[in-house]
Amino acid sequence: MFIKDLQRILKQNIREYGMYIALFVIMIIFTIATDGIFISSRNISNLLNQTGYIAVLAVGMTLVIVIRHIDLSVGFLAGFLGAIAAIALAFWKLPMVVVIPLVLVLGALAGLFTAFPVAQLKIPAFVASLAGWLIYRGALLLVTASTGTIIIANDTFNAIGNGFIPDIPGVEGFLPGVHKLTLLLGLAAIVLFVISQLNDRKKKQSYNFETLPMNVFILKLVFIALVLAAITWVLAGYNGLSWTVVVVLIVVAVYHFITTQTVLGRHIYAVGGNPEAAELSGINVKKITYVVFASMGLLSALSGILFASRLQSATVTAGTLFEMDAIAAAYIGGVSAAGGVGNVMGSLIGSLVTMSLTSGMNLMNIDIAYQYVVRGAVLLGAVIFDVATRNRGK
Amino acid sequence: MDTPILEMRNITKEFPGVKALSNVSFSVAQGEIHCLVGENGAGKSTLMKVLSGVWPYGTYTGDIFFNGELQSFKHIADSERAGIAVIYQELALIPELSVYENIFIGHEIGNGFTVDWNETIKRANEMLARVRLDVNPATKIRDLGVGKQQLIEIAKALSRNVKLLILDEPTAALNEDDSENLLNLLREQKAQGVTCIMISHKLREVLAIADTVTVLRDGQTVCTLDAHKGEVTEQVMIKHMVGREIDNIYPPRVGHQPSEDVVFEVRNWRAYDPALGRTVLKDMNFKIRKGEIVAFAGLMGSGRTELALSLFGNPTHYQISGEVYVQGKPVAFGHPREAIKSGVAYLTEDRKGNGLILIQDVKQNISLANLEELAHRGIVDANAEIKVANEYRASLNIKTPTVAQKVGNLSGGNQQKVCLGKWLFVKPNILILDEPTRGIDVGAKYEIYTIMNQLVQQGMSIIMISSELPEVLGMSDRIYVVSEGRITGEVPTAEATQEIIMQMATN
Ligand SMILES: Nc1ncnc2c1ncn2[C@@H]1O[C@H](COP(=O)(O)OP(=O)(O)OP(=O)(O)O)[C@@H](O)[C@H]1O
Ligand SMILES: [Mg+2]
Repeated sequence: MFIKDLQRILKQNIREYGMYIALFVIMIIFTIATDGIFISSRNISNLLNQTGYIAVLAVGMTLVIVIRHIDLSVGFLAGFLGAIAAIALAFWKLPMVVVIPLVLVLGALAGLFTAFPVAQLKIPAFVASLAGWLIYRGALLLVTASTGTIIIANDTFNAIGNGFIPDIPGVEGFLPGVHKLTLLLGLAAIVLFVISQLNDRKKKQSYNFETLPMNVFILKLVFIALVLAAITWVLAGYNGLSWTVVVVLIVVAVYHFITTQTVLGRHIYAVGGNPEAAELSGINVKKITYVVFASMGLLSALSGILFASRLQSATVTAGTLFEMDAIAAAYIGGVSAAGGVGNVMGSLIGSLVTMSLTSGMNLMNIDIAYQYVVRGAVLLGAVIFDVATRNRGK
Repeated sequence: MDTPILEMRNITKEFPGVKALSNVSFSVAQGEIHCLVGENGAGKSTLMKVLSGVWPYGTYTGDIFFNGELQSFKHIADSERAGIAVIYQELALIPELSVYENIFIGHEIGNGFTVDWNETIKRANEMLARVRLDVNPATKIRDLGVGKQQLIEIAKALSRNVKLLILDEPTAALNEDDSENLLNLLREQKAQGVTCIMISHKLREVLAIADTVTVLRDGQTVCTLDAHKGEVTEQVMIKHMVGREIDNIYPPRVGHQPSEDVVFEVRNWRAYDPALGRTVLKDMNFKIRKGEIVAFAGLMGSGRTELALSLFGNPTHYQISGEVYVQGKPVAFGHPREAIKSGVAYLTEDRKGNGLILIQDVKQNISLANLEELAHRGIVDANAEIKVANEYRASLNIKTPTVAQKVGNLSGGNQQKVCLGKWLFVKPNILILDEPTRGIDVGAKYEIYTIMNQLVQQGMSIIMISSELPEVLGMSDRIYVVSEGRITGEVPTAEATQEIIMQMATN
């Protein structure tokens, strides 16, 4: 009975669970292939830090694709704004608290700039953002032309991409070598997750909506709690939670909240689902387009900051192909080019999948040429899987 | 006439939470016109989708015999090969291609590599003659009206040597003339040996054309009626469809008189469509009073939808001029949002195209136009939303397992009710209904009419755009007739007849 239920649920929701399973399988394969180095605390911590600047882009890209557009300019925009941040810190000697908001605002403005031809003149976003791609690439070359790589000497700024959250003071004796605050936060996350799932289930049942059978539900809770616990334990065993991960978690949490709980989020998905119907229902489709592209620009700026901080410098090639990684992550995470479908959690998982592939293959010393082929194959596989499972249960 | 060309036995088809067909048996004799009737959600379209392979063999139980053979269609192409063609209500033509390209699309004439365009055009002309359509085969589909498009769909089906032609609500979007045309065409095809299944909610048409009628209710066959034995009458069909008698299709409005206050007035309204490069509305003047149902009658394409849209925030971006007064105050709506804020709502005629978000669920669609009311500081109260959705589900009698069901999975009539629910939730003063009962069964029509009566009794004013004269005459207080973008007449309903309106509509 239980096995049957489980099989049925898996089958019905295969589309939703598919990417989690894929991530799991990929991690296991690499763990075996690298004799466990892949799953080591140090590697996982590195992996998450590398995922950071792609994940924030993927989150923004998800919304762009949900409203049936695309933004190709984000990679070089990130690179360019990273360079601006570096220049502001290194040459203009501006303090970090000024530089970061400044760069974020510039990012949002750049997003509005891309949105203008799309919303106002109905120019395909592919073309409008391709123009942006060229422009920002040129701009990046320009600002780094005289100096080449710009070294950032600001330690606080560099900590965003390389530092870790401090531990609770005064408990060094207890569990030495383990990051206590990380453990505590992990525990809190698990508790919060279980409580919110239970509440959600109760509410659904009170409305007679479909819910998972009790045993499958418990299995799901236990499974996710274990995964969270494992991640926490692995991270706590190294330096704990990095600032990058904190930033990504905040971004994902905020966007998850906006997309699922707010009027704005609902309007975005309505526009994606049927722009004509949305317009006739009083939703300003143009405004939503501007908002979504501005958010994309803002997150590009954040991505640029994370990357520059991680490298502790701005380089001439920063941001190259980020847009492709972000788009791939979003598609692996289940967004649909037909619009109206996709969520930011999925895109986070999608980013982890892409970055795990890169990290794992690097550890295995696989030639970069093959790496591209493998990543392409995985993207194709994910999209085929998505299309093939889309009509299930319909 | 007696050997069945098609026999479907014990067909059962389930969707999550819904048993759409349970043990349905359905038999169609060679060379007849067989009508399939039933309420919205009875399972008519689903039965035809099972037959044509949209729902492939294996996703349903039961047997299908076609031409005496047991069939297991896995794909629409399989049923097409066997000689079955389905014309869905949503037309499947490609607007940017020409008539002849559309007719032979997927079955191009040629040597398998290059297309023989001359032969294609010649054959297209033959097919057009067969459906009695006088258009240049090089015309693009988008330049033709729905009536003509429908005929081209049929030409497309006939070009493939169909033996069994299935039409799912073919006349729902057609005006009386076009409908009559289509029925005549079906009679001719019947004379040439084509068997035909037609789904329709227009019982008068069923009466006019059917040899046999099968009634479905709640996924089951209720009965099969033989017209040649005089078993088919409107009353009998209605009784079997809804399970009770409805003697009055248009519920009477008791003790209600519209007031004299004018709530909506339009003066010298003109609209120019820059995309088409022509003036679509010319000098229109009209008034709507509080508590009144005003019908806008006319032929399909006479400009009534354009009028409604141009008044409702002009989302089609016409160049407009003229004055609009709501409750005596001049207004100029730049976006549908502003119209809604002023208490004007517009229910579209094209619910799938621009009415609903099919991939979202019932509650999300109902709350869409008025989410702000359900939100505090921009955060949607999910509980309140479910509550509201359930209220409309109950008051409009929307058939759905829960309000979390995707709207795309509902039957046509229930989708329409969801659309209506969305607009009632914005609590408008002036509700514009564009073909509100298109594709809706008698029972649900009656419900929608009853709701309209209740709404005007509560003081709402309704503008009803309708191409169905009986509905216009049965429901309205006053009628404006529109023809070619002009108001060509105004009559109180009490003094109107079909003839008077038709004359105004065609002059
Ligand atoms: N893809 C689907 N998924 C879930 N339920 C469905 C799906 N398609 C149809 N249904 C359900 O099956 C039932 C029958 O639907 P169907 O479309 O066949 O009705 P119908 O008789 O054609 O109605 P209408 O006259 O409104 O077109 C309805 O309850 C509908 O909600
Ligand atoms: Mg139907």
